[in-house]
This record gives sequence, structure tokens and C-alpha cells, in this order.
Amino acid sequence: MAAFDPVVLFFVLGMAAGLARSELRLPPAIYEFVSLILLLSIGLKGGLQLATQPLGALLLDSLLVILMGLLLPLLAFPLLRAGGLPRADAASLSAHYGSVSVGTFAVALSYLLEVGLEHEPFLPLFVVLLEVPAIFVGIMLARGGSGRTRWGELSREVLLGKSVVLLLGGLFIGWIAGPAGLAGIDGLFFDLFKGVLAIFLLEMGLIASRHLDGALRHGPFLLAWGLLAPPVMAVIGLAFAALMGLSTGGAVLLATLAASASYIAAPAAIRSAVPEANPALSLTASLAITFPFNIFLGIPLYHWMANHWPGG
Amino acid sequence: MTMHVRKLLTVVTEAGLERRLVEDLRQLGARGWTITDARGQGHRGKRALDWEYEGNIRLEVVCEGSLAEQLANHFRQHYYQDYAMILFMQDVEVLRPEKF
Repeated sequence: MAAFDPVVLFFVLGMAAGLARSELRLPPAIYEFVSLILLLSIGLKGGLQLATQPLGALLLDSLLVILMGLLLPLLAFPLLRAGGLPRADAASLSAHYGSVSVGTFAVALSYLLEVGLEHEPFLPLFVVLLEVPAIFVGIMLARGGSGRTRWGELSREVLLGKSVVLLLGGLFIGWIAGPAGLAGIDGLFFDLFKGVLAIFLLEMGLIASRHLDGALRHGPFLLAWGLLAPPVMAVIGLAFAALMGLSTGGAVLLATLAASASYIAAPAAIRSAVPEANPALSLTASLAITFPFNIFLGIPLYHWMANHWPGG
Repeated sequence: MTMHVRKLLTVVTEAGLERRLVEDLRQLGARGWTITDARGQGHRGKRALDWEYEGNIRLEVVCEGSLAEQLANHFRQHYYQDYAMILFMQDVEVLRPEKF
């Protein structure tokens, strides 16, 4: 292992600046813009390569990925309840950890570039497929079959969220246009990918620094959860990757997706559907504990685990 | 110049509620409103606005006193328990009462 992608140093810079109460602040529009470019880049790149592949074989793998998205929150929930969390908070954390973080996925892509590992082109599609199911499972766990949930409005909110629209849109455009069609815009979306990721990580560091005191205030259980849940979930991701016969690079990406926790789609949906859950708890765990853990230690660890997977 | 008294209802709350509040305003019959981004600090913590789901909004509605009260009651019933929200009312004078 011990491979290291210097781009994560921008996260350290943001975190240090935030903790030192530096004047450094990025306007919200910048964060919006860089996350838009990341989402479109990931989608376009996937779409571009999908164009050269038969799509039929993808159906079974897609179903497996959705199954994994349903399974992760169902496994997390009883553990969180056993840890003494109230029902709503346990359900909220289950949804966050079952769902995925595109930022973490982008860092994993950058890591694979750094170490020179190839991966299957359909992984960006898996990001979309994994983002949504856990959120619905989490809401159902919180409700426990009772109460009213505005499913119609909620579905629209989740399925038409920024990341789903941009990832799917990018996949579709890349798939239709092909390499020749994208020749004019690949400078922005592909060549600048790492630079944009650096700015994104700088902002993530600033945001995470503001949640750090919460990570300590919520006690040892949340800290332990934020650090231990990801590697365990990564093992489940690797098992699914082995089931699908993914390459090492693909397995690292799927493990990273399983291990990552949502901090955009899930917080918004859970805030509106399960308002009694404490939003600070889930956001703190996912942003201030799990995100840094994954980008610094997790991804190289999942790479090592993929290399040592039995039969892999 | 004749001035007419109306109520100004101001609500400060989480940005994520904007769509639902606007829907409530429509249903309860408000004719117009103004929403601005806001930041500040209260007993539910600091609301920083530099990240889309942490921001606050300030919603202002000028309307008849009876509607302002109806809106305030509705918001209190539906959002006070679980969301960061404050609201207050004051008398304001307007030039064109038919607009409000």
C-alpha cells in the first residue's frame, strides 16, 4: 500500500485554515461550481467508455449494486440501536452510511490514476444506483411502518437531486457524444479534473473543520462508528466486487463507495422526512470523521484489502 | 397621502424548508412574499450559509393581520418542534392596501 495522492493535502490546508480561524472562505457559488464539474466529469467519463461496451451484462451487476445499497443500512441500523442511539438518529446514520459520497469517489478515482490502476467504466453508474436506496430504507427504519411520509414529494426530491441529475446527465451525454463529440470540452472536464478536485477538497477541509468540535462533543461512540464502520462496509463492497468479478481498480472503487457516507443527498432528504433526527450527529460523523478517514487511510487500505482478497 | 396599516410577518428558518413554506403561503392565500439568504446564530447553533444545506433564509410577508396570524399558527404547528425557526410580527404602513 503506502501509495499517496498529494491532492488530499488540499483538504489538510482547508482544515488547518479553518481551525486556525483564517480569513479564508470560498463563496458558496464556488463550491457549487466545482462540485458540478466533478459530477459532470465523472458522468461524462463513464458515459464515454460505456459507449464501447455491451450494456446487457450490466443489468445483473446493477441489481447487485442496488441490493448492496439496501443491505448496508439494514446492517448498520441494529448496530447503531445497540450503541444506544434513539430510533430516528440510528435510522438517519444508517441512511447516511448506506448512501455514498461522490467527493470520496472522486478522490478514489484520482488515487487510481496516481497508482496507475484501470477500472470498469460503469462504476459512475453505481454511484447513482447506490445513492438513493439507502435513503429510502433509512426513512422506513425511522418510521417503523407508522406515521405519514410524503413519499411522492420525497421521491422527486431524492431522484431529481443535483448529483443524480448531473451524473446521469453526464453519462448520457458522454454515451451519445463519444470521444470525438467531446473533443472540444475535454479540457475542462478531464484535464482539469485534479485541479478542480483540489479546490473541492480545500472547501471540504474548511467545512469539516467547523464540524470537528461536534465530533468530539458527541462522544466516543460516534467517533468509533465513523472510523470503524467504513472498513467493515468496505469488506462488504469487496465481497460484492468479487461476486461481480470486478478488476482490482473496480473493487477499490466499489469498496470506497460502500465505505463512504453521504453528506449532501442524505442530509437534505432526512432533514425533510425525519425531522426529529439530530442533523448535526449524522453530518458530523460523515463529514468530519468518515470523509477524512476515507481519503487519507481508507482508500489505500481498501486497495491493500483488494490485493489480498482471497482468490483475488 | 393616506397610509394603511398591515402586518409584516418575518420568519427566519432553515434554507431547506423554503419550498414547503412557499407551498404553505400559496395554500393559505398570501399574495406576495420576499425571501433572502441569511446567516446568524441561535440556540440551535451557528448557521453559516457557506454550504447549501446549512444556510438560513428570511421570509417576509406583508398581509392582513388575520392572515399573518393564520400563517404564524400554521408555521408554529408544523415546524417549531423539529426545525430551527423564529417568527415575529410588526405593524407596517403601506400605500396600496389592495396589494396586500
